[in-house]
Amino acid sequence: MSITTPRAPRLTRAPTAPSTSVRVLIVKIAALAIVDAISLYALFIVFAQRDWIVFAAIVVVTVIVNVVYFSKRFLPAKYLVPGVIFLVMFQVFIIGYTAYIAFTNYGTGHNSTREDATAALIGSSQERVEDSPAYGLTVVESLGTYSFLVTDPDGDVSIGNADNPLSPVDNATIEGKVAVGIPGYNTLNFSQIVAAQEAIAGLTVQISDDPNDGALRTPDGSSAFVYRSNLVYDEAAATMTNSTTGVVYSDTGVGAFTANNGEELLPGWKIEIGFDNFARAFGDESIRGPLFSVALWTFTFAFLSVATTFLLGLFLAVVFNDRRMRGRRVYRVMMILPYAFPAFLSALVWAGMLNRDFGFVNQVLFGGADIPWLTNEWLAKVSIILVNLWLGFPYMFLVCTGALQSIPDELQEAAVVDGATPWAVFRFIKMPLLLVSIAPLLISSFAFNFNNFNLIYMLTNGGPRDVSAGVNVGATDILISMVYKVAFVGAGRDYGLASAFSIIIFVLVGVIAAVSFRATKSLEELN
Amino acid sequence: MLTTALALTACSAPAPGDSTSSAGSLTVWVDADRAAVLKDAAAEFTKESGVEVKLVQKDFADIQEQFIAQVPTGKGPDITIGAHDWLGNFVTNGVVAPVELGDKASDFQDVAVTAMSFDGVTYGVPYSIENIAMLRNTALAPTAPTSYDDMIAMGKSAGTEFPFIVQVGPESDPYHLYPFQTSFGAPVFGTNADGSYNAGELTIGNAGGDQFATWLAQEGAVGNLNISLTGDLAKEKFNAGASPFFLTGPWNVADAQAAGIDVAVDPIPAPGPNAAQPFVGVQGFFVSAKSTNTLAASEFLTNYIATESVQTALYEVGKRAPALTASFEAASADPIIAGFGEVGATAVPMPNIPEMGSVWQFWGVTEAAIIGGQADPVGLWQKMAADVQGAI
Repeated sequence: MSITTPRAPRLTRAPTAPSTSVRVLIVKIAALAIVDAISLYALFIVFAQRDWIVFAAIVVVTVIVNVVYFSKRFLPAKYLVPGVIFLVMFQVFIIGYTAYIAFTNYGTGHNSTREDATAALIGSSQERVEDSPAYGLTVVESLGTYSFLVTDPDGDVSIGNADNPLSPVDNATIEGKVAVGIPGYNTLNFSQIVAAQEAIAGLTVQISDDPNDGALRTPDGSSAFVYRSNLVYDEAAATMTNSTTGVVYSDTGVGAFTANNGEELLPGWKIEIGFDNFARAFGDESIRGPLFSVALWTFTFAFLSVATTFLLGLFLAVVFNDRRMRGRRVYRVMMILPYAFPAFLSALVWAGMLNRDFGFVNQVLFGGADIPWLTNEWLAKVSIILVNLWLGFPYMFLVCTGALQSIPDELQEAAVVDGATPWAVFRFIKMPLLLVSIAPLLISSFAFNFNNFNLIYMLTNGGPRDVSAGVNVGATDILISMVYKVAFVGAGRDYGLASAFSIIIFVLVGVIAAVSFRATKSLEELN
Repeated sequence: MLTTALALTACSAPAPGDSTSSAGSLTVWVDADRAAVLKDAAAEFTKESGVEVKLVQKDFADIQEQFIAQVPTGKGPDITIGAHDWLGNFVTNGVVAPVELGDKASDFQDVAVTAMSFDGVTYGVPYSIENIAMLRNTALAPTAPTSYDDMIAMGKSAGTEFPFIVQVGPESDPYHLYPFQTSFGAPVFGTNADGSYNAGELTIGNAGGDQFATWLAQEGAVGNLNISLTGDLAKEKFNAGASPFFLTGPWNVADAQAAGIDVAVDPIPAPGPNAAQPFVGVQGFFVSAKSTNTLAASEFLTNYIATESVQTALYEVGKRAPALTASFEAASADPIIAGFGEVGATAVPMPNIPEMGSVWQFWGVTEAAIIGGQADPVGLWQKMAADVQGAI
């Protein structure tokens, strides 16, 4: 009672405040409660995985969200915070991470830490001694130490552990043909073995006093085999020694154990290598050679793609915008169809239709001609532009239609009254007004086509290739598909180099976009 | 006495290792088709060992990249399904642990175990083997051809659009043309005594390679090989009865039969002096290098996956020839499987050494250029061999 009484006056005051604000407050609290609950759940998971960076990030974001929405201040932040968080998560972080990878040697053979590489090398250097028998195994334990109780194929039983090499015993309990127990030791059953499997899988028991005879290990807890390792790791010196050839491999700072003659043991590990990837991007002959022609074609392709799609889209938009045209709606729907198919599916269909011997285009449209649409260097370029025109004009048609319809009819009528020809109306009134709203879209379309990997990959895969050139780059490869081939086709993956290229392309496209946007601004001021 | 001992072990055993919650559960990546079969094997394994098996479905094509990327973070699976030609990449990245097949190795077909080995160490438990062979439309060609020329002659007399079909495509298809290449005595790499490939010995550019290049140009000129004939088209044409012969794998058999064609599987006729050996692809299971459940994983693979019942069940969902000899013999009651198996017995594993990646990028386009009649075939072939050597 004593609690409710002081509250009563406040409650009576509540109806005087607008009831909507209470509802908004409830919705706000509920929404934030959901956000906080999800964050808390995520925190528990991340805590269990001991991923402290992510943990800290979640804490910071949750605190910011709560402060911004509970406080009466930060009104602009209330609108911006969700967008900024998603921007950081999905754009800034990815660009930052790509930039970081560009400065590492991350790729095939260098994808983890030195500890992992060492463990993997040791693991794969264990070779089973040829013609050695398989031993029946029972894992036994005494005073917390695991031992192997093994039965060789002749039925002789011995026991040994990490410190004591195998020694024969004769008082073991035999079941079937395998010793299953021995006085003084506890026999482990399978679930106990599984419970201690890291220790047991790591256990090596020498078969004699001479380490070169090999050691017993178990892959499954029920059988043991004799292995000999041909790599020895010296932890203090951080070197690997091949015990057969005697070659010493040491960490020379290139991200792998390296011998004096430069031979590397793989796997190595990931290290930061400064600007090496950028130096390779411009210095490596196999990349530098085709770089110029590929860059030229990339610009040509992107420019022509934008120009052709825009001109066709604009032309059709003007035509279908004329009120005298009948059945405009039907035509418009049909025009939009190519836009409704997934682009890479369309590219595949076009690749089939442009097939030299069996394709629809040659067989039906050209009456069985042998036109090498995709296999001739120049025709392949033309085909790509044409297919991209088919794929891209509906978008331009849509935006141009929208922009044309937003231009007031009075302007046109006034011009016509002043005696302007239709061309003059289009050239001096519609076009400038159109460009104000369309120009930014043209720039983004240019940036999109600059990196239009899907189309190139699906239609020609960069081909045709001049096989006498000796580089894996074809006539229709654009920068991004060349990067893909350099970094991912061939002997291994090179994420570092690919990231360096991505950064270079990012800067290129960024500069072009910035310059163009500046130009559009002056366009805006003209009007 | 025994009960006290058991009670004692029960109390003391978990103490030494710091095995808390990690033990007792295995995560396995598997593709959708195989998942249903593994579910039963996993349930049986859980019942007998108490180890829980979590099956995670993955798209087969994504597994290689994801496994390499996720194992180092410690969040990868304990076991993954995969193809043997990924192995070189896996080992170079240090993401797989060796698997000891022990005496079970002899229960598998030799080619399967060789394929799952790298540098003399076995890394995977195989479950299926796959290779191409010559499919024959028995309505158009009632008997198997005795030689390559015989096949072409039979194809011509059948009066169909093509004497025989093999997919080539604008960048050629070295995998499907490889049996013809080996018949001229030009394998890609030399082999070591144990059957593994020797990356130091590139044999693709030998005299046999030149003969093969000449043969490619000649077959391209007469139209038996055509770079416009992509995989889709090749299948469509054969299913439409446009040729009596189709060099392809078991994956196209079901559709051909569905199209009403009565198919037989024949050995591949060799155009050259040697036997025509196709590549064999082997699928199997690998154990992660960072698995903390290696014993349970090995136990699951060697004593459950490697059993006849599981291998036979895996065969029944995918119709890929089983790698375990006993299951293979049972599956050979099907003449199609037996036919492919007969060709596979003489085949060679596709190289799993990472150097193979450098071969692919020059191999296909060069073949395509030769078939298309560009320039001198021997010159192009030698240029390719030099480029590959340079890339390695």
